[in-house]
Amino acid sequence: MRILVVEDDRDVAGFVLKGLREAGHVVEHAGNGRDGLFMAASEGFDAIILDRMLPGGIDGLRLLETLRSQNNNTPVLFLSAMAQVDDRVRGLKAGGDDYLTKPFAFAELLARVEALTRRGKSEGPATRLCVGDLEMDLLSRTVKRGGAKIDLQPREFRLLEYLMRHAGQVVTRTMLLEGVWDYHFDPQTNVIDVHVSRLRQKVDKPFPSPLIHTVRNAGYMLRHDG
Amino acid sequence: MDQATPPATLGTAAPPVARHRQSGFIRSAGLRFAILYAFLFGASALALALFLWWATAGLLDRQTDAAIRADAQGLAERWEEGGITALIATIQERLAENVDDDAIYLLVDRDLNRIAGNLNRWPNGVTMDREWFELPIERPGLRSLARIQRFDLHGGFHLLVGRDVQVRAQMRRLLTDALLWGVVMVLVLGTAGALVVRGVFRRALATISATAAAISAGDLSRRVPLSGRSDEFDRLAETINEMLDRIGRLMDGVRQVSNAIAHDLRTPITRARARLEDATRNAQSAADLHAAIERAQADLDGIVAVFHALLRIAEIEAGTRRSAFADLDLAPLLADLAELYGAVAEERGLRLELDWPEALPVLGDRELIQQAVANLLDNAIKFSPPGGIVRLSATGGMPVRIVVADQGPGIAAADRERATERFFRAEAARHTPGSGLGLALVQAVAQLHGGTLLLADNGPGLSAELELA
Repeated sequence: MRILVVEDDRDVAGFVLKGLREAGHVVEHAGNGRDGLFMAASEGFDAIILDRMLPGGIDGLRLLETLRSQNNNTPVLFLSAMAQVDDRVRGLKAGGDDYLTKPFAFAELLARVEALTRRGKSEGPATRLCVGDLEMDLLSRTVKRGGAKIDLQPREFRLLEYLMRHAGQVVTRTMLLEGVWDYHFDPQTNVIDVHVSRLRQKVDKPFPSPLIHTVRNAGYMLRHDG
Repeated sequence: MDQATPPATLGTAAPPVARHRQSGFIRSAGLRFAILYAFLFGASALALALFLWWATAGLLDRQTDAAIRADAQGLAERWEEGGITALIATIQERLAENVDDDAIYLLVDRDLNRIAGNLNRWPNGVTMDREWFELPIERPGLRSLARIQRFDLHGGFHLLVGRDVQVRAQMRRLLTDALLWGVVMVLVLGTAGALVVRGVFRRALATISATAAAISAGDLSRRVPLSGRSDEFDRLAETINEMLDRIGRLMDGVRQVSNAIAHDLRTPITRARARLEDATRNAQSAADLHAAIERAQADLDGIVAVFHALLRIAEIEAGTRRSAFADLDLAPLLADLAELYGAVAEERGLRLELDWPEALPVLGDRELIQQAVANLLDNAIKFSPPGGIVRLSATGGMPVRIVVADQGPGIAAADRERATERFFRAEAARHTPGSGLGLALVQAVAQLHGGTLLLADNGPGLSAELELA
């Protein structure tokens, strides 16, 4: 994937660039808003990681608004030190697709950027999701694995749907909390782990090969091996 | 930025200075009130003087004119009836009957020779028929001032009818003198009164301004003293004192937070630093180093979480989120949270009991209420012994009450007051993970919604009641 990083802090930018390249992406960097806007508007990127406070007269919000006014719908993830609730709302209203506050864990950033680009592609009217022998019918809201029907609670269904839509990608606990429950705070207890482990009981335990994998220091991944 | 600031400040500061000089005189409110007082006093005095003049000197003038007119009317009737002879007789008769000796008549022929009356000769300047004149006259034995009217009769006769107004003129002079002195009195009294008004005004403001000055100088304990008259100035003083109390509480909050940061963040930061330093000095292998760095990273994540919680509480306490309030139904919100935490409770062998009406309308911030209830459930589950019951219930109306009750160790009555302070951790909670910020956040959310957080004994356990007005 081609990713543009607009970030003025040299150390943070270097850290992000290095990590993204190691994950196999092609990365470009802009150190201020003006360059960032120019590059974003003139080249095609699969995703943009955008700081909000930028030197050069154009801040992140202005950059994004300008980009969206030119009908450029490249997915944008805000990476900002502005952490108030209103800041996030404003960023998303301006056309941002996701909002991550500094300081951040690189695993979280990577997972979210990869989720963004996937979302851009698969937002068709899919009615069936398939991963290996796991099938989900979104119309009849039924799940089968290897032909056997699995009974799921509504929330478990949404959790599995989220994992399947992001199959092969790392999904962090915060992403699940936001995407499945629409909560924007960090619970102190391991609520997400408990829910994932319940889902595993139904989806993985009766079958020989597990689909839901734990990714250390990051989150979970639904993946079909082989 | 620093270099850019001074010119900008100079540029914007210049006009106010000029304005200050221009209107410096009027800028004293005390002086303005004093001038207003003097003006009002002067204007009332002038109105009073004009009325006095109209009611005394003016009244006498009008009475004289009316008497002359009546006299002339009577003479005119006699002239119509009996001609010149009757007129002469009437004039003499009236002069004889005039006790006050103030009536003046003069009848002359075509050549201005006197025929009857008490004037020796026709006065100069009395030229027009039916005109009024006020002029000095000479009567037998005295000079005087008279007001007269001239009438031209058939046959070339001319008649003057008038009144001696010497006394009236003297009275008018006296009155004028008195009023002039009155003006002087008004000026003196007005100025004195204005000074008194300014003094009263200054004294009333002096206490407020002295208090404000002391507070700007750093003495935050000062309050404006009340006069006890409960007048407007006392009410102003009360308002200012309330404002100062509020500022004081905010300052205490800031101080409390900075103390808390100093004490409670220093510890984990010290720990992380020590780990890294120890690793750089003593690590024998790459694996040791790696492990030390990972632990330090976890410490830093903990510090960030505390920071985030502190800033969140500050954001809530600032009250800016109130603009995001919306009408919402708490019933589905609580059901979602119960579903999220139900799994955790079950895993720990706890029973989660739920009880609330079908609809719970409230005006508030969805995200903050979610987080507050989640914090309470977090706590309840964390402190409950296995097999215990956690109860989440709510009642509607005004205010809406959400209660989370557990059967854990609870909080000792002595500690309940302080349990909502930032970083406070009860004895029983010392060894469980947590930042000591959870209840502080719930309290802030309650206050933002005009409610409170009540902690009570659940016998055994803790009952936390979140009230949303």
